[in-house]
Amino acid sequence: MIGTAAMICLGIGLLFNILGVIGILRFPDVYTRLHAETKMTTFGTIFLSLGVILYAGGMLIQTDDTQYLTLAIHTTIAVIALAFTNATGSHAIARAAHKSGQRPDPSVVDRLAEVKGK
Amino acid sequence: MGSDGALPLHEGGCLPVIRFLATAIAAFVAYLFLTAGSGTIILWSESELIIGCILSVIVGIASYRTFCRSGSVRMANPLRLILLPIYAIIPLFIEMARANIDVAIRVITGNVKPGIVRVDTGMKTELGMLILANSITLTPGTLSVDVDDTTRELYVHLINVPDELREKKVVDARELFSIFNIPGWIRRIAE
Repeated sequence: MIGTAAMICLGIGLLFNILGVIGILRFPDVYTRLHAETKMTTFGTIFLSLGVILYAGGMLIQTDDTQYLTLAIHTTIAVIALAFTNATGSHAIARAAHKSGQRPDPSVVDRLAEVKGK
Repeated sequence: MGSDGALPLHEGGCLPVIRFLATAIAAFVAYLFLTAGSGTIILWSESELIIGCILSVIVGIASYRTFCRSGSVRMANPLRLILLPIYAIIPLFIEMARANIDVAIRVITGNVKPGIVRVDTGMKTELGMLILANSITLTPGTLSVDVDDTTRELYVHLINVPDELREKKVVDARELFSIFNIPGWIRRIAE
């Protein structure tokens, strides 16, 4: 039962990761590509980790072996670290891109360029 | 924990001893999480507990100036510490799921109207700004590009700028999220 739930989580995670990769190829500029490649893959990887946590929890109940508790906790810490570093990293890439002169193209509005006066 | 930009370093706030204790306890809890399941005293072995105490004292002495830079220990309030994971699991995760499905449809159809808008956050502390900017960036379709430190405004790249946001000079942070009042939650946690 828990094995099936873990498999469903793995499936959802893989689906979002695949869509993220397709997004890199289809979107027009650096900012829209960042949306696809950083956010969607983060969400997909959260679901992959959720699958691991569910599997480890199921094995912990069945076998009472503490190595599965360690596996579940370490995966949870990995998810937290991933969420923080991915948000910070994609912000840093976007900021560097805008500072180095990459304008959103196409764009309907760009308040930041208006303020910087370029 | 979380620094107020207005406060000068090492002035105001509470005593260094309390800041050291807060840092050491946080380091010890992190060590307990990493070594859970190693023995029989609840979940930990005797040697892991002793080593953990020694290491957390060393970490506390070395890093309390950075960790409690503002001198404010308001994040040690248990209510805030309980609200933070609840916030991450319920409102943030549901917003992430909704936005992910939205962006997934845009990946397939290729229908994007990108643009950078100026967002008024209304946050008073640096920690609130950090959590809000990270929440915005973690939600697909919105990406914080730059921050104005003096007015506490964010410049956010949207993958699809709705017509009503396009005309506005400054957008309220609540309009970026559709289901929950995310800035309200962050204000309750961090301020």
